[in-house]
Amino acid sequence: MPLNIAGREFSSRLLLGTGKFPSGESMARALEASGAQIVTVALRRADLSGAKDPFANILEFIDPAKYLLLPNTSGANTAEEAVRLARLAAAAGLPKWVKLEIHPDPRYLLPDPIETLKATEILVGEGFTVLPYINADPVLAKRLQQVGAATVMPLGAPIGSNRGLETRAQIRIIVEQATVPVVVDAGIGAPSHAAEAIELGADAVLVNTAIAVAGDPVRMARAFRQTVEAAAEAVSAGLPMQAETAIPTSPLTAFLRES
Amino acid sequence: MGFSTRIDSIIATPPAELAAFRRMLDPCSDAALEEMACRSAALTRSHFGRTMRLFAPLYLSNECVNSCAYCGFSRENEAILRVTLEIEQVAAEARHLSEEGFRNILLVAGEHPKFVSGEYLKRCIERLHREIPSLSLEVAPMETADYLPLVAAGAEGLVVYQETYDREAYQELHLAGPKKDFDWRLDTPERAHEAGFRRIGIGVLFGLSDWRREATALAAHLFHLQRVCWTSQLTVSMPRLRPAAGEFQPRFPFGDRDFTQLLCALRITFPQVGIVLSTREPATLRDALAPLGVTMMSAGSHTEPGGYTGQGSDQLHHTVKGKKVESSCSGLSATEQFAISDDRTPGEIAAMLSSRGLEPVWKDWDSAILGNDEGKMKKEKREKTPPKPTAC
Repeated sequence: MPLNIAGREFSSRLLLGTGKFPSGESMARALEASGAQIVTVALRRADLSGAKDPFANILEFIDPAKYLLLPNTSGANTAEEAVRLARLAAAAGLPKWVKLEIHPDPRYLLPDPIETLKATEILVGEGFTVLPYINADPVLAKRLQQVGAATVMPLGAPIGSNRGLETRAQIRIIVEQATVPVVVDAGIGAPSHAAEAIELGADAVLVNTAIAVAGDPVRMARAFRQTVEAAAEAVSAGLPMQAETAIPTSPLTAFLRES
Repeated sequence: MGFSTRIDSIIATPPAELAAFRRMLDPCSDAALEEMACRSAALTRSHFGRTMRLFAPLYLSNECVNSCAYCGFSRENEAILRVTLEIEQVAAEARHLSEEGFRNILLVAGEHPKFVSGEYLKRCIERLHREIPSLSLEVAPMETADYLPLVAAGAEGLVVYQETYDREAYQELHLAGPKKDFDWRLDTPERAHEAGFRRIGIGVLFGLSDWRREATALAAHLFHLQRVCWTSQLTVSMPRLRPAAGEFQPRFPFGDRDFTQLLCALRITFPQVGIVLSTREPATLRDALAPLGVTMMSAGSHTEPGGYTGQGSDQLHHTVKGKKVESSCSGLSATEQFAISDDRTPGEIAAMLSSRGLEPVWKDWDSAILGNDEGKMKKEKREKTPPKPTAC
């Protein structure tokens, strides 16, 4: 079954970020190899004036016919700033989808739950499709769903840390309670982390640093694509449940059925 | 509680994290330094990616009321040619930098309340911020309340170097003027954070005191600011003394190997802090250090007002005891603060970075985030809208 976000279907469950690449060309090749259909771009890196600034031309490397361009509000510290950026992007002709990133702490880039909830409510009210980046907090995830978030995007570990699913137990609860797709974002440093998220029940993953700073971003993008596809296929095929204890091949209660 | 009240006790009894940093500065083998460099490079890539933020300084004025033994702008240097650019001259310099690609400009000025007032700085920012998305200031320290209008006008960052954390050396080198107040300067980053600056830069001018002692205090300052100024992106610089008017000579050595070791130690200890490398350093060293831990570089810099386009060259004068003295110096330019070493053009620097697998990032901030444009546009609209007639 394809990934469905806000009524739009995507065959790829791998979303890509566009920061940290050694060049626009290298980013474009990695996007192609990843098979991603949703690509997020920091608005602060782009030229939103329409002047086609050659020194802020990141959008020129992303073909809007091939990818859903998902503007993100990285740089915003408050709901007010994020809302302003989202409106500006929409006014500049970008899709009315927004990956809400509000992280006032530049050190760990951890998202502010209060401002994120506030901004989601405002932007949903204005007709935006809102994909909020959050800490792996199940209650916040539910509150965001209540106000109309199109997905929730819990972090596995801080952005750029490549430490994998440190928040695994919380993500499991978020997945269990979700009524919208769950996209695990941040901290995914290896294809195995992405597979783990999908096998845990996440609907998709968003990867940036692990691909952008790899020795060969194109091959790494391909590796993520193959792994995410394999994990999704495994989930679809029916993963066996993990058991805490051994299950003996000769049942221990078989004697009850013996006569 | 400001850092000025804590620095002495922290240095006297360093916490474990600071002691670990200090150990990284001990003399070490080539192999150990190589290992540090590998860790530093990997951490930088992980946190900042394969990118390098580029910026340029724009000097507004070289007037100064301070007497600092090492600085070309020192008031004692009466022979130097001085000027304070008018707002439109500043705009012309900024336009030149913008055409070269810069979307991130550092406005620099000497300390002189008569020539470089808060109001003057505010007007500079208001004039530039629509064309230049990211504006930072490196000017005389101010009170929090005086910073507020500058932030509201669109200033994003503030840079203030302590110069030296060695109190004794500080008193010897800062002979007169408001800069003599060590503690006032030391608490400037906290006042800047309180006022809402998003980026705060600190640094040491290496060569004024023992480098390991300076670096340890610098790290202590960073640890403190990380806790207190938690919503500001911190950057750190480690400029080394360069030739300047006054002919001051470095008192303490700080060679390339020391410089590299410190750069790596800072990166390993502070993986998320921006590290700045200016054109004070020679091209070969900058090229070698670019992938090791640096995240911000200046390019094609001039350290004199009007240096990019010759603005203000017909208003040059000397300043003697606070008063302008006419000078017959047509055809010359204002005196620089210090001589730069890497004189390659911004385009050449960008090409060098690309050849090393690093993307030169010219723009990574949008003035819309702070909403100054929106506020300004609303204000202008209000001003243009004729007042409604009031009912009699």
